[in-house]
Amino acid sequence: MRAEDWQLLWFSARMAALGTCLMLPIGLGLAWCLARPRWRGKAVVETLVSLPLVLPPVVTGLLLLRLFSRRGPLGHWLYQGLGWEVVFTWRAVVLALAVMSLPLFVRAARAALEEVNPLFEQLARTLGAGEWRVLLTITLPLARRGILAGTMLAFGRALGEFGATMVVAGNIPGQTTTLPVAIYSSIELGLDSRAWALAGLSAGLAFLAIWASERLARRPRA
Amino acid sequence: MATLLLALAAAVAAWGGEQAAKRHARVIVFAAASLTDCLKEIAGRYEQSTGDQIILNLAASSTLAMQVRAGARADIFFSADEARMQALEDEGLLAKGTRRSRLSNTLVIVVAAEGGAEVSSPGDLAGPRIKRLALADPRAVPAGVYAREYLERVKLWPAIRPKVVPMENVRAALAAVGGGDVDAGIVYKTDAAISRRVRIAWEAPRQEGPRISYPTALLADAPQPQAGRRFLDHLGSEPAAAVFRKFGFVVLDGSVP
Repeated sequence: MRAEDWQLLWFSARMAALGTCLMLPIGLGLAWCLARPRWRGKAVVETLVSLPLVLPPVVTGLLLLRLFSRRGPLGHWLYQGLGWEVVFTWRAVVLALAVMSLPLFVRAARAALEEVNPLFEQLARTLGAGEWRVLLTITLPLARRGILAGTMLAFGRALGEFGATMVVAGNIPGQTTTLPVAIYSSIELGLDSRAWALAGLSAGLAFLAIWASERLARRPRA
Repeated sequence: MATLLLALAAAVAAWGGEQAAKRHARVIVFAAASLTDCLKEIAGRYEQSTGDQIILNLAASSTLAMQVRAGARADIFFSADEARMQALEDEGLLAKGTRRSRLSNTLVIVVAAEGGAEVSSPGDLAGPRIKRLALADPRAVPAGVYAREYLERVKLWPAIRPKVVPMENVRAALAAVGGGDVDAGIVYKTDAAISRRVRIAWEAPRQEGPRISYPTALLADAPQPQAGRRFLDHLGSEPAAAVFRKFGFVVLDGSVP
């Protein structure tokens, strides 16, 4: 293991963590909405949220590239307004990871929220708690384990993301190159031993993420 | 019943078609991405006049060389530099005596056609106006390797290197400049000529620019060696040379390096 490889690992883990953080509030909001019984347009939102799971990742990458390009509808606005460049920077990495990990999280979190017995929520309401208080003191704590497991799953997915990242963030060593992208370019460059070393590293990391996710999902706590 | 008969008839027709196609060879050509447009034109005409089918696999020469090394089925390799070809020759993967240097090209600096950065020399790439520069991956892809070697020779590489956005192949670098997400790029003159979204800001002068050479060779394990040789001969013919020139390539005399 060279210093460069540790840096790569650290960078990838940081990007995946940031992507998960960016995704979390949006994902939680979506999961909560989807766990509500019935409302207009639910099926559409449901489908849209799951789309990145089934679309080829490069298609998601293409959409992000066009939207967040310096001349794209959103990218233009970010560039002019905040001076933020997205495409081919670390921001693009975070963005791609957040979008790609969203569906996995929403699925897990939604299932956990649906499991919460509505009786408890109803009880809190009759005792005079507002919707926010019900959410923060009853619903979320009861769904905690599923939400945590979903978060770990999303983090794991973010660590392995390749297609969308490659398209929207490119492969700039030390700036946007993540572990999977580095493995790909090692193969392209014929550096097989480095590719194997990095592959082992990412397998270890993925193992840890899944293991943590399973543990969090299972362990019953009082 | 009628549907069944129809399906049967279709199957027989398809079989017949397949038999007919077998009389003509399918030549698989692995060619550098920068050759995309001219080879499509040459192959299209060749297919019409001979009936042979030309299958083009267009990618960075370094990627293609890796695929050949890994045992990909191909008849012809058309590389954008001699180094990739030499590596295959050293490994005994080329059919002996079939390697020829065919084309030359020129490097140019391109910027977006609309609102592109002000660049008039390679020195400007080191300046503050250029924050990101798209190159074909300078570690292996020929267009990027030529650019890096040139910038190293004029002592600009250390200043430019941190700005480099390495792309899969030269056409990807061209597209990045056209899309406006990098400030400039270095590509071949022939690539710049096919894109309306970029303009040429600087062209490497013939004498001091890198010596660019595109060699062709038949591969040792070619599934269709005869048809492959015929297509190689065609690539050296005057009609093919006319197409190469139309796209801006310099046609070499087909010497053996």
